[in-house]
Amino acid sequence: MNNPLISYQPRLHRFALLTAGFTFVLLLAGALVTSTGSSLAVPDWPLSFGKFFPEMKGGVLFEHGHRMIAGTVALLTLGLAIYTQIVEKRPWVKKLAWCALGAVLLQAVLGGVTVLLHLPTEVSVAHAGLAQIFFCLIISLSLVTSKNWIEDGDRRIKSTIGSVQTAALVTTVIIYFQIIVGAVTRHSGFGLAIPDWPLSFGQLLPTEWSWAILLQFSHTRVGAFIVLVLVNWLSFKVCTRYADEKTLFWPAASAALLVWLQCFLGILVIATEKSIVPTSVHVITGAALLASMLVLTLNSFRLFQKEQVS
Amino acid sequence: MELKKILTLLAVAALLTAGCGQKSEDEELMEAANGAAKTAAVLGTASVSGTVSLTGKVPGTALFSVDADPVCKAQHTGMVKDETVITDAKGDLKNVMVYVTDGAGSYPAPSASVSLNQKGCMYSPHVFGIQVGQALEIVNDDPTLHNVHCMAVTNDSFNVGMPNQGMVTEKKFTKAEAPVKFKCDVHGWMHCFAGVFTNPFYAVTGDDGSFKINGLPAGNYTLVAWQEQYGVSAPQTVAVKDGEAKSVNFTFAAAN
Repeated sequence: MNNPLISYQPRLHRFALLTAGFTFVLLLAGALVTSTGSSLAVPDWPLSFGKFFPEMKGGVLFEHGHRMIAGTVALLTLGLAIYTQIVEKRPWVKKLAWCALGAVLLQAVLGGVTVLLHLPTEVSVAHAGLAQIFFCLIISLSLVTSKNWIEDGDRRIKSTIGSVQTAALVTTVIIYFQIIVGAVTRHSGFGLAIPDWPLSFGQLLPTEWSWAILLQFSHTRVGAFIVLVLVNWLSFKVCTRYADEKTLFWPAASAALLVWLQCFLGILVIATEKSIVPTSVHVITGAALLASMLVLTLNSFRLFQKEQVS
Repeated sequence: MELKKILTLLAVAALLTAGCGQKSEDEELMEAANGAAKTAAVLGTASVSGTVSLTGKVPGTALFSVDADPVCKAQHTGMVKDETVITDAKGDLKNVMVYVTDGAGSYPAPSASVSLNQKGCMYSPHVFGIQVGQALEIVNDDPTLHNVHCMAVTNDSFNVGMPNQGMVTEKKFTKAEAPVKFKCDVHGWMHCFAGVFTNPFYAVTGDDGSFKINGLPAGNYTLVAWQEQYGVSAPQTVAVKDGEAKSVNFTFAAAN
């Protein structure tokens, strides 16, 4: 039976969804900043050319636009955190909202630091990695404030394919790791260290290895293959066994579609020599894939939890 | 109580004095370089001149659009010529930096500054040389904003915003480094290159691909030429006596 004190708050859920939508746009804006080479178009921070609103031209449009969207997301997250404290009864959801606010503030500082220090790889990668964590936090808030999560919260089903939640969790972590390897490759400028695909310099394996080649190979071959196999295997199992369970079916089906799209975009990135559109869409498709698998993980933990314990 | 105040004031004054007296590592390096330069040989009377040319299929002049910024567009009629590879009819290369890599000592930085202008959303000059410790005066002549992103590796990189027309900023390099790329991240097409040297024995080729390095003391020198697309040439050695003028030519091969 559901806890009578916890009720679905449609406004809170919609607020969380709105924040998630803006965060997704923010991810795209951030990806465009790097793809267009505009990361240092605005040399100062937190102001832009000493102003709150500089002329929006050239690289400034992308960099300052990113800052403006980021500011909007930060305000939305602040509003979401405050609203959650007011209407939410579950303490852990309140904490989750504060974590999201902390993450977006830290993310802003990392963005400023990477500009002021002229894009050191480690700071830029941390900025890219935290962006995904923040997105995951907002997605989680959207999910746990949803009607289905709250009103269907006590229902449990028995797993017939082993530990779905463990497999989903492992896949989510591996996707995140693959994103980080991609971020290191991208921000180190190693994206075209191997200029062809699927062959490497016209051969099955590169004949010479360097850090750049190793990183790019790890991301575009090894990591991509592992993620592709894991996501497809898990999605196939979930979609065939739990076709009626929409909270599992849809995230699994989305992940299966997104992982193929992501691989196709990755190939396109190499084929077009890091053209702006495929490169930026590759970044946000990675985020969407991570979000799908996170939703599958959380839903599977909710549905299978009690059955596993008992 | 009074004694305490006096001691506190003295401590603060001592700290301030110590702080003011501290020099940055770069300042120390620059002073060391200038110190060494003062003991180096004075300028001589020999010179080396020559031409840098391109063999093979000379690429056509690439054009690009500056329409992304109306201010830039207004200062040009149509497309703008790319300055990466500029040749005359004979294939002589403009904007090649020729410099001495071996044989020259260190010389003090000239008091005159080197000027780098941003005009028509282009850098002028496109390639230039400068000495360690010499002032680089960067000017924004455009009624639009630019950022000057110096991508030095050996020296400290910098990225300064120049949002207003007429803005001037001054920078100095503390170590020899060539080439040093500058770019504007607002206008993706804007870039230029500097060579930072410890001596004044460098030159950049003109429209006809010619260069001349003056003031060389008698001695043996190794010279190279650097071009932004074709990189560094094979080194050439030359021996000069006082008052002598020698000729050295460089050739880059264009991809066929």
